[in-house]
Amino acid sequence: MNKQKYLEDLHDIKEMMSRSSRFISLSGLSGVSAGIIAIIAAFAAYKTVYAHQDYLGYRVAVLTTESLIRLLGIGVVAVILAIGGAIFFSTRKARKKSQPVWSIQTKRMVTNLLIPLVSGGLLTVLLLFKGYVGLVAPLTLVFYGLALVQASHFTLKEVKSLGILQIGLGLLATYFIGYGLLFWAVGFGILHIIYGVVMEIKYPS
Amino acid sequence: MKTFLHNFDKAFENKVRLGIMSALMANEYLDFKAVKELLQITDGNLASHLKSLEAKKYITVHKEFLDRKPNTKYKATPQGRSAFEKHIKALEDLLN
Repeated sequence: MNKQKYLEDLHDIKEMMSRSSRFISLSGLSGVSAGIIAIIAAFAAYKTVYAHQDYLGYRVAVLTTESLIRLLGIGVVAVILAIGGAIFFSTRKARKKSQPVWSIQTKRMVTNLLIPLVSGGLLTVLLLFKGYVGLVAPLTLVFYGLALVQASHFTLKEVKSLGILQIGLGLLATYFIGYGLLFWAVGFGILHIIYGVVMEIKYPS
Repeated sequence: MKTFLHNFDKAFENKVRLGIMSALMANEYLDFKAVKELLQITDGNLASHLKSLEAKKYITVHKEFLDRKPNTKYKATPQGRSAFEKHIKALEDLLN
């Protein structure tokens, strides 16, 4: 028994407490990939919403049933690709560190993430079909932020800051209602990329 | 230095038992499979350490059936939690 062993014990305790209660394999690269996907999706959505308009005229979001379905399609594809990226990069990170991927910690994080996320998603789709297109971007940002704050108790604590920023952006986007897509691109695109790069430096894969 | 030694808990001298207790401190309860995944040791080895912690009344064992499969849940007792906290305090005091 010596100092080195005590230090090691304390380190082991800390590590085990965090590893047993949090999903720590969340990869920063999944943030970067989600961000890139979001920017492409925002661009595609922009093209859909503001299609066939005069360059010099006022820009009005005109939505036909066709473009509504297209918008929904873009959203669904983007979400699937982003989740796919998160699963891919996090699985790779977990494998590298020989940790189980689908553990009780992962399940806890995913359930806590999904409850606010799915509620927000369904609410947004309902509002979209009632014609409240302008609320889609602000509400997805707010609910995504809430989902992140909730999930942050079960994964890396930095996720909480990202969540709070997304909520703030969502509220701003509600006030500046016509600029929803821009706020959406900043939140889901740029913030994700910045967060991903910071996390990748802090906790390399 | 000797004054701290009485707070040292023999039960936590072993790395596996220290690991089990750390994991149970951070969770309401964990089942056998979860503890095994965390510590990455064999069933037999883990079972014997769990038994010794149970004998000291630091953890409780709760057996139940999930979809007709046996599922054993382990939980730290208040006694175990306070012993663990004392042990950490003793470690920290020694290092300061």
